Amino acid sequence: MATEYDVTTTLDVKGQSCPMPVVKTRQGVDDLSPGEVLEVLATDSGSVSDIAGWANSTDDVELLDQNEGADVYTHYVRKVE
Amino acid sequence: MSTDASTAGESAAEEADLAALRARVDDLEAQLAEVDADADAGDGQRSMTIIATKGSMDMAYPPLILASTAAAFGWDVVVFHTFWGLDVLHEEKSENLQLSAVGNPSMPMPNALAALPGMDRLATRMMQKKIDENGTASIQELIDVSLESGVDLQACQMTMELMDYDDADMIDGVTTQVGAATALEHMADADVQLLV
Repeated sequence: MATEYDVTTTLDVKGQSCPMPVVKTRQGVDDLSPGEVLEVLATDSGSVSDIAGWANSTDDVELLDQNEGADVYTHYVRKVE
Repeated sequence: MSTDASTAGESAAEEADLAALRARVDDLEAQLAEVDADADAGDGQRSMTIIATKGSMDMAYPPLILASTAAAFGWDVVVFHTFWGLDVLHEEKSENLQLSAVGNPSMPMPNALAALPGMDRLATRMMQKKIDENGTASIQELIDVSLESGVDLQACQMTMELMDYDDADMIDGVTTQVGAATALEHMADADVQLLV
């Protein structure tokens, strides 16, 4: 399932906990152009709910997918508009 | 004839009712358009004001975590620091926030023991170790990331004078020379207001 999406940038927040995965994802998206995709690698188990909730109430992003690996949660976020 | 007249009278009355109803609908539609325009003008941007009054290490976290996360949501965020909350924005004190061992039922020691000299420092060191191990952001990191993402960290002028702090003592990027009225002005328009 590695890359159904054309990943533009990968953000590694492994080992960091709340609120950093969401805060750094926001900053990562800020550096993208519309249409580009950010891949986020996290170990914080709360990041699944947190990034989904953030993406859901944020206008300029679209959550494409979230995968739960053995130790790493991978999130794909596209910048829209 | 008389039936015709009364029918004509009735239909005239009905028409008047209908006209009144139409006028009322037009009125309501105009009001609704105004409400919609107001909502659009606000751009749907949410805002949050937090009043931060505590300067212990554990109590410094919640306002900064909520503030930086809300900023990531695109919210307009003000954290107004007053009394011990000021220490969180104080350049030196902010790196030295302590945990209180006394009066904390979650501490694995009785209060009589916790009150001994050096216990606060011990408790703080233990917590700091857990924070590092858990990958929890430091207070400094949270302040940096909050300022970077546009959170307005405010320092209450009255308490700064009370504590003998001046602008140079505070972390760069902090808003000073503000008081309760500034905080209230933001609170009045905020969707979320918290006192911590």
